[in-house]
Amino acid sequence: MLTGLIAQLLNGVQYGLLLFLISSGLTLIFGVMGVINLAHGSLFMIGAYLAFGVASLTGSLWLALPVAVLGGAVFGAVLERLLFRRFRTRAHLDQVLLTFALILLFEEGRSTLAGNQFHSVPVPGVLDFSVPVIGGFGYSAYRLAVLVICLIVAAGLVWLIERTRVGSAIRAAAENTEMLNLLGFDAGRVHTMVFAGGTALAMLAGALAAPLQSVYPGMGDGFLILSFIVVVIGGLGSVAGAFWAALLVGLIDTLGKAYLPQAAGIAVCAMMAVVLLWRPTGLFSRT
Amino acid sequence: MHHVSRRAMLAGAALTAGLGRPAVAQGAPLKVGMMLPFSGTYAALGENIAAGFELLIAENDGKLGGRAVTLIRLDDESDPAKAPANVNRLTERDNVDVLLGTVHSGVVMALVQAAREKEIPLFIPNAGNVAATRDLCSPHVFRSSFSNWQPAYGMGRALAARGVKKAAWVTWDYAAGKESGEGFRDGLRDGGAEMTHLLTVPFPETNFQPVLAQISGLGVEAVGSFFAGGGAIQFVKDYAASGLRATIPLCGSGFLTEGVLKPQGAAAEGIQTALHYGDGLDNAKNVAFRTAFKAKTTRDADVYAVQGYDAGQMLAAGLTATKGDAAAAMAFAAAIRAARIDSPRGAFTLSASHNPIQTIWLREARDGQNKVIGIAAKDLADPGTGCKMAGA
Repeated sequence: MLTGLIAQLLNGVQYGLLLFLISSGLTLIFGVMGVINLAHGSLFMIGAYLAFGVASLTGSLWLALPVAVLGGAVFGAVLERLLFRRFRTRAHLDQVLLTFALILLFEEGRSTLAGNQFHSVPVPGVLDFSVPVIGGFGYSAYRLAVLVICLIVAAGLVWLIERTRVGSAIRAAAENTEMLNLLGFDAGRVHTMVFAGGTALAMLAGALAAPLQSVYPGMGDGFLILSFIVVVIGGLGSVAGAFWAALLVGLIDTLGKAYLPQAAGIAVCAMMAVVLLWRPTGLFSRT
Repeated sequence: MHHVSRRAMLAGAALTAGLGRPAVAQGAPLKVGMMLPFSGTYAALGENIAAGFELLIAENDGKLGGRAVTLIRLDDESDPAKAPANVNRLTERDNVDVLLGTVHSGVVMALVQAAREKEIPLFIPNAGNVAATRDLCSPHVFRSSFSNWQPAYGMGRALAARGVKKAAWVTWDYAAGKESGEGFRDGLRDGGAEMTHLLTVPFPETNFQPVLAQISGLGVEAVGSFFAGGGAIQFVKDYAASGLRATIPLCGSGFLTEGVLKPQGAAAEGIQTALHYGDGLDNAKNVAFRTAFKAKTTRDADVYAVQGYDAGQMLAAGLTATKGDAAAAMAFAAAIRAARIDSPRGAFTLSASHNPIQTIWLREARDGQNKVIGIAAKDLADPGTGCKMAGA
């Protein structure tokens, strides 16, 4: 019983860290630009398909990770310059329409380029072994590697935002765009950077998740919903909040599925309701 | 003036009688509406079913029961939302005489409904929902494949025969998963063992970790499962990575390793599954069928090709008895029920609810093949619970 619980806690932390990679971008984009990006789950899916494509062409998943990050940054920058910039000050309903349209476009593009099949992505050869964790239950080395990579990215992100000049510009942009301009920063460039970074994070998460989840149409949908819950619980725009909320959601979701499968579907939503009653603006809200 | 000849009366009577059910226009070909997935996830399955069916017709020189056959292909895209409209196109616009379809359990329900309401014979070449040959059984609905209950029952039986006392079933939380779980439970029970746990994962999620981490604590000697396609690939790989296989072997309904052995790789090696077909069945019919299928399509035959071919054999049995008239419902159905279908899987007959009474083979995954290693359940019939067939 106890060994099972420890294994489930590990599962929950690993799932939560992956959720953090996705939701950190979502919360940054919302916090800084005020844009609700429903297409964020599709960006996750694109990252996974990119990993599948690179891995099947070159045989190396490792190559897929930098490709996903760089490709994501460029793709995100283009999206921001061409589309999101124009929607930053528009009503949220317009943003929802734009990002919903993007979901349809991305899904159609995915269908045309990669088909509607379910694809499995092999784990890199070096990490294709199991590490006994507890009792008779082992953990694949790749799963542990993903856990470590997510932790490194999370630490780097918090350092970037809390300790660097770029980070203070990003935080300032979240507070007051006009003031940022007056202080001599180019707010437009900060927005492009944030959107590019958020897209890169989502696509990196997709690439990392490809061998764990397989690659299939609509694979980002479930993650999108959980990510929104993470963002709301953590406090809109707060990266630190997203980190703790992602861990919380990952743990509740995993433990719910393990010990209360009948209620697994609502466990996370019930927790969100409780948190919002207690702190209506989220755990780490700046306001 | 008012005199009507006896001959004219008779002719009129014959005409009127013929209105309800158009007499077989001799020479008019029989139209078969093939509603199958030709795109999307199940496209390969749909193509093989169609190719198997077409092979049977080609072997009979394009005629069944002396009547030429025309095939009308319709891609159902495995989309239940489009199913009723797709069925209507075949029955109303194309006026098909016979329906063949399909793979997806949700889509097949629209076909079953049409077959029941419009009394058009339907041959189901895959979808295994038990309802089609239980509560919703009909004299017009015939299945050439399996019920979800059957392969899992065989697996439970085989485990019990090996001395396993307690086992768990892991599956997606949807109809096919639950129906196969019931088969597994019944098979274990009839062999003197017990299914102690039923673990489910929301469909179509592939995060299996929360379920896998529980298994070592359940006190079971084996785990059976029903997953298909991509879910099966991921589950088998995750199960191997969890290190559980050393102590708690994984087995399942045959779809766990059907058509997915290559991507599963070493993770699938040695997994036992139960299905009504498998690699290395050396009966003469199977050898001839596989050779002919390969020659026709350049692909290797699989269970789906067999199901398509056998749907053709069942239709042929009905048409032969009625001299090509598929609308002669009573005689047509009676002939199919009486027929012994010489299938590549081994000969079978239909149960009272029109599902094959068939041997479920025990297979083991070796070198990329599901090798038949024995019999899991001989001549197994679905219980057909709740089937009240009017007019049968």
